[in-house]
Amino acid sequence: MAHAAVSAPGVAIGDGPPAALERPDFQIVPRAGLPIVALVLALLIAGIAVNELWPLEFLHVVGGAAWTVIDLFLGFVLGPIMGKLSIPARIELTTRLMPKMVLIMPTVVTVTLAAGWQLSTHLGTNVTSYSLHGWVVASFIVVAVMAVIALGLLEPANIAVLTELKKPQPNPAVIERLMKRFIYTAGATGLMQIATLVIMTKLAAG
Amino acid sequence: MDERAGIDAVRLPPVTQLGMLSLGLVLVAGIYLSAHLPEHVSLGPAVALLSASALVLAGNVLALWRADGFPWRRFLEVARWALLAYAIVAGMIEYVFLRNHTSGGPLVVLTLSLVVFAVNVPVLIAFTVARYD
Repeated sequence: MAHAAVSAPGVAIGDGPPAALERPDFQIVPRAGLPIVALVLALLIAGIAVNELWPLEFLHVVGGAAWTVIDLFLGFVLGPIMGKLSIPARIELTTRLMPKMVLIMPTVVTVTLAAGWQLSTHLGTNVTSYSLHGWVVASFIVVAVMAVIALGLLEPANIAVLTELKKPQPNPAVIERLMKRFIYTAGATGLMQIATLVIMTKLAAG
Repeated sequence: MDERAGIDAVRLPPVTQLGMLSLGLVLVAGIYLSAHLPEHVSLGPAVALLSASALVLAGNVLALWRADGFPWRRFLEVARWALLAYAIVAGMIEYVFLRNHTSGGPLVVLTLSLVVFAVNVPVLIAFTVARYD
């Protein structure tokens, strides 16, 4: 795999020139993953079209579980670790992890929400007469808060840090700032996912 | 927002904050409609929220348009791909509404809300990338 150098003034030693950091070559949107995304979306369309319980439940539970686990893992496990890594290690991890997240998160969120709405229509749990309607509305609110944080801060930071790392002369200050934003917002969405777990287990228990 | 370390060469409007506000307004409109299904629901609050969201979005883009020295080439390069991605996401959600025979006023409001959503997110992503160009 090809590598490129990042000039990092923060790690310069003595009077010499700034240290050069190795960057693996990477694609901001990994093209190899696009057929997998297309397949998942095709399954989602088919699942909604047939409108049967098992495919809808499968898509919603698998998508929701992936969304929750990834957010919790990024927010509370990987995020704090990334914050303590050396700059070269952080760049290495970022260039290998973040491009995958560019494809995984929007796909997982779309599958969870679309299949979830269809599932709740199928089960009749999204109507006002449902006994736990308040919990369902609470789940909408939690998802909305997560969406504003993820789409307004986290996803743009993810794309921007990858774009910065693609430049011939990336700015370490920009990378540092965007990575901080990514880690903090991942923690915030991780916290919101705990609320999602509470609501979804309550809805499942009845 | 503080932008030290020579990151921002030009002074830019608060596009991220306004974009998040616009996104929040349109999501509240969606929640309002979804929370009242299948009963008859007054569209007034949803239309007001959607209009406010669209106005904030338009104002946001206009404010950015007036910013001198903003790297529009980079912005548009990122925005068009993000728009494609989020048009697909919005299309999937629209498909669910159509599959469930949502029609009339609620469908119009939900569809326009999805349009605002699908434009807002690319603006936020492209702005964050382009501001550091």
